Amino acid sequence: MTFSQKVLSRASGKDVVTGDIVQAKVDLAMSHENSTMVLSSFRDIGAEKIWDPSKVVLLFDHRVPANTIKTAEAHREIRLYAKESRLPNFYDLGEGICHQVLPEKGHVRPGMLIVGSDSHTTTYGALGAFSTGIGATEMAAVWATGEIWMRVPETLRIHVRGKLKPHVRSKDIILKIIGELGADGADYRCVEFTGNTVDSMSISSRMVLSNMSIEMGAKAGICFPDGTTDRWLTDRIQGWDNVETDFGQNSTPDEEEKFDISTLVPQVACPHQVDNVCNVTNVEGIRIDQAVLGSCTNGRLEDLEAAEALLRGRMVHRDVRFIVVPASREIYIEASRRGILASLASSGAVIVNPGCGPCLGGHQGILAAGERCISTTNRNFRGRMGSPSAEVFLASPDTVAASAILGKITDPRKV
Amino acid sequence: MLTGKVWKYGDHVNTDLIIPGRYLDNYDANHLAAHAMEDIDPSFASLVKCGDIIVAGRNFGCGSSREQAPLALKASGVGAVVATSVARIFYRNCINVGLPIIICDIADDLSTGDTIEIDLSVGEIYINGTGKLISFDPLPDFLLDILERGGLIAHMRTQISL
Ligand code: SF4
Repeated sequence: MTFSQKVLSRASGKDVVTGDIVQAKVDLAMSHENSTMVLSSFRDIGAEKIWDPSKVVLLFDHRVPANTIKTAEAHREIRLYAKESRLPNFYDLGEGICHQVLPEKGHVRPGMLIVGSDSHTTTYGALGAFSTGIGATEMAAVWATGEIWMRVPETLRIHVRGKLKPHVRSKDIILKIIGELGADGADYRCVEFTGNTVDSMSISSRMVLSNMSIEMGAKAGICFPDGTTDRWLTDRIQGWDNVETDFGQNSTPDEEEKFDISTLVPQVACPHQVDNVCNVTNVEGIRIDQAVLGSCTNGRLEDLEAAEALLRGRMVHRDVRFIVVPASREIYIEASRRGILASLASSGAVIVNPGCGPCLGGHQGILAAGERCISTTNRNFRGRMGSPSAEVFLASPDTVAASAILGKITDPRKV
Repeated sequence: MLTGKVWKYGDHVNTDLIIPGRYLDNYDANHLAAHAMEDIDPSFASLVKCGDIIVAGRNFGCGSSREQAPLALKASGVGAVVATSVARIFYRNCINVGLPIIICDIADDLSTGDTIEIDLSVGEIYINGTGKLISFDPLPDFLLDILERGGLIAHMRTQISL
């Protein structure tokens, strides 16, 4: 059985094959600010109680602290609801981005079926969970019943081989893959990332792959659990003991793509599509007004470290706003303990609180008309980060930091 | 049978184009309708008429899980979306908010302003003017059921009261 077949067989209580439509039991359901919409649909349905409060996680990350009165009121409504309903897993503003906080707090385990009312819910695939995004109304139905219909997806295995060159990261790999396969290259399928490059990656780096699988249309994007996963979970889940070892690693995928990344150079996704990808050398020298380091893609400790290593002892270019957003409180504290935040701030970076920051153009670093930004986030759609005439380039933490120093898109290998 | 005037768009129309993130702090239908498709077609919101149909190329609705995207289209009067392919969360969201969504490779045969008729349960699109008839795979019955009730909320209500 493939990974999807295994998870969905367990979740639906019968043996499934690809293409089956099943009614599956959900192991974990996550919502952020759109909990307001979920709650309103939940009440409209006429449901009274959440099916299993221990399996629901609510959290604020998109607009924290509240940026408008409307947001403040929405936050208050959910805060009150969480209190009244005694929801055990409610994280108020300040914990960070859902896709970092849920794994950190030990909510995510290999083999789980997870749904979240956010498209980047695919991130939890890095720990071997079948994890996918749904809309708010559908989430309300999950709250009411704990179930969801799913079509058992085809599998696209992406085999990545080779050792990365200095200043080339998992972000460059996933941009390369999306550039090659296209924005709908994995549509409706479960992507499995395998190969010795993935095996030797940290969980944070794997999260970048799983996170951005949605940018090629994948339903889920997983990395098979291994010793690295085990060690990571041991630190976060009390009494973690890996019982399951067969996740379908040896099954035959419907399709396989192979990438050798040993000669890969830093990649950049150019406006206004994530699959509009080229080598950094093709866009070097383009002036930028803003650089952003953060998001559920690249706001983790290793990302902050990489940027700090390049910036240490240097200054951010005077024409650039360099905004740094640690993905979670835990990362913020650790980066602060290690002196990374102080160093970045001394170089001229603006450090904001954990959360989504400017990623979705609602808050904290919105772009003016005609401005250009290079960012470690995951979407460069027109209007994503502010004005529809602004431009967003996506790149790795190294490329973003190098560009912040020189005020133009820069190959980090040359700084 | 759905009949409407076509608004035609290309490939990869993403959810930020359908409703930009900057408008998401307000879920009011009129507010969403006023900004629907703003960044791709500023004339859309003021000119779209009730029952009009969006026809697009590949990967329509890619990007965010924001349900406000199909809601914004529905609130602005759109009666159906027809696309060569559709991103999966958007597809589910359309059904859940009661907006008919059809996967059919028809964009090359149409221009903005054409009129088409859609038979959802049979799976046919008829192009007025040229008289061309194109078939598509109809939605599975359980999804048609949700659509017919006007979306998942109404559907769930009947389930709960059963
Ligand atoms: S950081 Fe950006 S992509 Fe990630 S959850 Fe927040 S808004 Fe979405």
